[in-house]
Amino acid sequence: MVNLRAQKAVATAAGISVLGILIGIYVTFLTGGPTPYHVPSAAAAGGPSADLTLQTVAAIGPQLSPNENWVSYLVRENGTWHRSTVWTLPAHALVHVTVYQFDGRSGLRNPFLSQARGVVGGTFTLDGKSMRTINPDDASHTFAIPALGVLVPLEGVADDAKNQCDVAPCAMSAAHTTITFTFRTGKAGHYRWQCFVPCAAGFLYGFGGPMQTIGYMDGFVNVV
Amino acid sequence: MNLRGHAGRIAALTVVGTAIVLPLVIFVLGPNMPPGKRTTGASSQVTDNTVLLVVMTPFTVFILVYLGYAIATFRAPAGEELLDGPPIRGHMPSQIAWLVVTSAAVLFLAIFGTAELFASNGSGGGSGPKPIAKPSGPVLPIQVIGQQWEFTFRYPTYGGVETAQLVLPVDREIEFHVTSLDAIHSFWAYELGVKADANPGVDNVAFVKATKTGDFQIRCAELCGLWHGFMYDTGRVVDGAQFTSWISGERKQFTPVQKYLPPYALAYKPDPQARAG
Amino acid sequence: MNARRLLGYNLLSAVVLGIAGFYAGWWLGHQITGPSLAYFSDTGQNDIALFLAYIVGVVGFLVGLGFMSYPIQRLLGKPPSLREKETAGPGRYFTLCTDHKVVGMQYLIGIGFFIFIGGLNAMLIRFELLSPTHESFNANNYLTIVGLHGTMMMGMMTSGILGPFANYLLPIMIGARRMAFPRIEALTFWLLMLAGVILMTTVGYGGFPTGWTGYAPLNDQANLGMDSYIVFFALVGISMSLLGLNMLATVITMRAPGMSWGRLPIFVWGVVSTSVLMLLAAPVLISTLFMVALDRTAQTGFFNEQAGGSAYLYQNLFWIFGHPEVYILALPGMGIVLEILPVFARKPLWGYRLAVTGMLGITLLSWLVWQHHLFVSGINADLRPFYMLSTELISLPTGFIFICALGTLWQGRIRLTVPMLFVLAWLFNFLIGGLSGVFLSDVPSDVTTHGSFFSMAHFHYTIMGGLLFSFFAAIYFWVPKMTGLAINERWGKIHFWSMFIAFNSTFGPLLVIGFLGMPRRSVTYAGYLHGGNTWVSISAFFLGASMLVFIGNFIWSQVFARVPVGPNPWGSKSIEWQLPSPVPVHNFDRIPTFGPDPYPYGVADGPVGRIATVPARPIA
Repeated sequence: MVNLRAQKAVATAAGISVLGILIGIYVTFLTGGPTPYHVPSAAAAGGPSADLTLQTVAAIGPQLSPNENWVSYLVRENGTWHRSTVWTLPAHALVHVTVYQFDGRSGLRNPFLSQARGVVGGTFTLDGKSMRTINPDDASHTFAIPALGVLVPLEGVADDAKNQCDVAPCAMSAAHTTITFTFRTGKAGHYRWQCFVPCAAGFLYGFGGPMQTIGYMDGFVNVV
Repeated sequence: MNLRGHAGRIAALTVVGTAIVLPLVIFVLGPNMPPGKRTTGASSQVTDNTVLLVVMTPFTVFILVYLGYAIATFRAPAGEELLDGPPIRGHMPSQIAWLVVTSAAVLFLAIFGTAELFASNGSGGGSGPKPIAKPSGPVLPIQVIGQQWEFTFRYPTYGGVETAQLVLPVDREIEFHVTSLDAIHSFWAYELGVKADANPGVDNVAFVKATKTGDFQIRCAELCGLWHGFMYDTGRVVDGAQFTSWISGERKQFTPVQKYLPPYALAYKPDPQARAG
Repeated sequence: MNARRLLGYNLLSAVVLGIAGFYAGWWLGHQITGPSLAYFSDTGQNDIALFLAYIVGVVGFLVGLGFMSYPIQRLLGKPPSLREKETAGPGRYFTLCTDHKVVGMQYLIGIGFFIFIGGLNAMLIRFELLSPTHESFNANNYLTIVGLHGTMMMGMMTSGILGPFANYLLPIMIGARRMAFPRIEALTFWLLMLAGVILMTTVGYGGFPTGWTGYAPLNDQANLGMDSYIVFFALVGISMSLLGLNMLATVITMRAPGMSWGRLPIFVWGVVSTSVLMLLAAPVLISTLFMVALDRTAQTGFFNEQAGGSAYLYQNLFWIFGHPEVYILALPGMGIVLEILPVFARKPLWGYRLAVTGMLGITLLSWLVWQHHLFVSGINADLRPFYMLSTELISLPTGFIFICALGTLWQGRIRLTVPMLFVLAWLFNFLIGGLSGVFLSDVPSDVTTHGSFFSMAHFHYTIMGGLLFSFFAAIYFWVPKMTGLAINERWGKIHFWSMFIAFNSTFGPLLVIGFLGMPRRSVTYAGYLHGGNTWVSISAFFLGASMLVFIGNFIWSQVFARVPVGPNPWGSKSIEWQLPSPVPVHNFDRIPTFGPDPYPYGVADGPVGRIATVPARPIA
């Protein structure tokens, strides 16, 4: 009798432990995500400033993601390119962004999103030229932090360009456009950023897959 | 046991309870019901919510009083052996009375709600391209365009300018035209008492007239994908002069992109990027 | 233990064949699509392969359990093998067993497990909402958690009462020895379990962002995990319609002598009305999901406006299923409440015919209200007065149920046992749920409450406060009959009071928060709602803890303490309590004959007035 009771107790404890471990694995899996990149910043008279260097690629490739065909942003961290879309930035800082754009042109669903807003001076540079807007059909991606009012269209590589880069990471010798702009981070908070161009090939409206999974065309700016 | 006594006491407690709760509902809770009285639409919702509460109050009080009274009074004493209650299998007069009273309440609510709809009091809710009731007088049309994941706004009477912010003039009847470019969104301006789903290819009309200036929240109220929870914004109700200067500022700021915008339409069919490449 | 035990139709071969089938389907899917379909190579996700994997896996599992052996034997002209080995031993709980009492127990444990998983996800949701901005989970993972909670609960709880309790009790209550279709009965259980496992695998395929409603066109846009949702709900739908069919056939054809329609226990009427809805509503769901699957694989565009389809079509079809579904969740609870009340009020059910009318009225009206989910969608606005009327009309039959419950309490000799406490709490919770529903039925009020936490709290009051409370009432009431072992009453009362208080402390404030502007399924909310949400989250954690009290008590009482109860611990006069606990394999030695009175309380002709012939002993 005692023996049976002990067996039951052991079985119950074992069941609870297995369930607990499974729940632990589940919760850990759900909380996982890209490792945040702490963007180095420099203090200056007008507040801190930081440099953020990004590239966009048409396909992320098997090295960086199991979804090798997905379009993605990459961030340059200590000289190498990483697939992290969660960045930590100082509050009230001027952020100088450089985007190397290796992807082709898809076009915007809403042409209104082809004009830059929320950036310093209301302008960005495209291959060195200062601009306010681009032809919406030439957009490849946008970089937007809606809660901060920031939106910059990123013009794609021309369809007939030579030496196009298909799979990340792309060498700087491949055809690309270079976009630079500056925005202010404002007060501390947790801001999402996203792309507005329907660039997720194969998905309805071009807005599935990489457009709805953190770590590709969407991420967070943690302003601290 | 005095049967009449039980019924009498429950009735008395219900009447007393209702007499206490009803004034509180009408004069204290009712006027403070959400969503507030900053627009005509929101005010009419406050009125509606109050009426609903008033109709519900006697029923709620009755059922709660009855339950409490029954549990307290008809309880078997502790340790009592299994004794049965009287085999009452129904009571036709009370069944009919209940049916009559609840039917009256339900019919009243349905008629009241329908009358409110025709009186244009539910017009903050999206009512499709052909609303049953329209406010009289001139309206200021504003288009709300939902897209994954941001609302943008167009003012057709101001050159069709598209803006990222929503600003309304006070004391003017606004006619929202809500549409979407992709998934289903829902334009919810809480303080305005406006909620209208944004469907692709559909023009969903909602009316509102703000009676006070101030900020209001804009939220997406229909699950639309990854950034649904972040599809929020703050709109402003301002006086006429401020509105005029704001809209001319927007027209100036967004001049560069204006030439790329499609002509104003009640719904848009963007290039079918259904399977974009 | 010899190796021969491992071979043959059992859970092990079912799992092996299920997994083998999954990979066979996956491989087949890739052969079919090949590189010719550009969108599959672009997206890197092959929906056809996953659908085939799930379907072939399900078939493999069922073959392994032995579901095909009977039809194949008959096709070959052989006499069907009789399953004599199912009459004893714990092994029958892990295999295809056609004893309705075994299936009932299987359902109870299986559904209980998946409700636990659903509840766990609810805890994760409330953990996330401790903060007004997004913090704990990835944004896409949060939507998956929301979807998993809603879908798991909605899918599993459809059979939450019919599965365990109707399967176990309904044949006994009508004086039958089995269900009409015992193999279909077992099939409904195993389909539901497979569905639950399939839904959980969505996490490995990127989850799904749509919540339990799965609205188009988002469901077309979604990641591969959406396919798990589709297969889950389709399997649940098949299980539901088969369950409803089986219940109806049993009640129609297998009633014992004397058991006329007017003598059915009210719980059976609850099962009948639910079954009608299940049988008719679930096929709408299955075909809708089939269209979604075609949209995702063959690019048919039923619900894609750009391809000539309509997103409204999905909303209409979904809610044509979805609103009867809501009453599939409510009606069994009403049946349980009205069945248990007479036992502990020691009185016959008050207004039997009115109660039956109420249930049938709800069954009918629930088909006529679905567009109240679309009041602000911009769909045909002229129909809103009609749907407002039909929705408010549903409060009439619901009111019948209430007045019958109240009438039964009248002059009773009420004993506040644990099941009775849950029944009384049902009355309170369902009252709040019903009243809050009135705000949603009124178009001007619905403008604010639609799609907010108010509507979420409303249906939690009716489903959790209604269905789950009646589920617990049924567990405390009938599990002693099913296992022959008591559930500790003291801990049962602790469970009840902690659950009742925590439940109201969670969902009462949620009604207010929703009215104050909190949208559903949103990971962020306005700062002024932070205090309220913190309160709700902490209450929700207490609610979760109260469930652990129950699980602990249940395991302790049933596994360790094992206090036997007699055949009739509650002094009930219904037939199931005149049988030994647990009920013997063939229920009755001889088929009983029923007298005219389903609830013979307070009448002179003895404690079992309705039953003329009943065995006092189990068959050998």
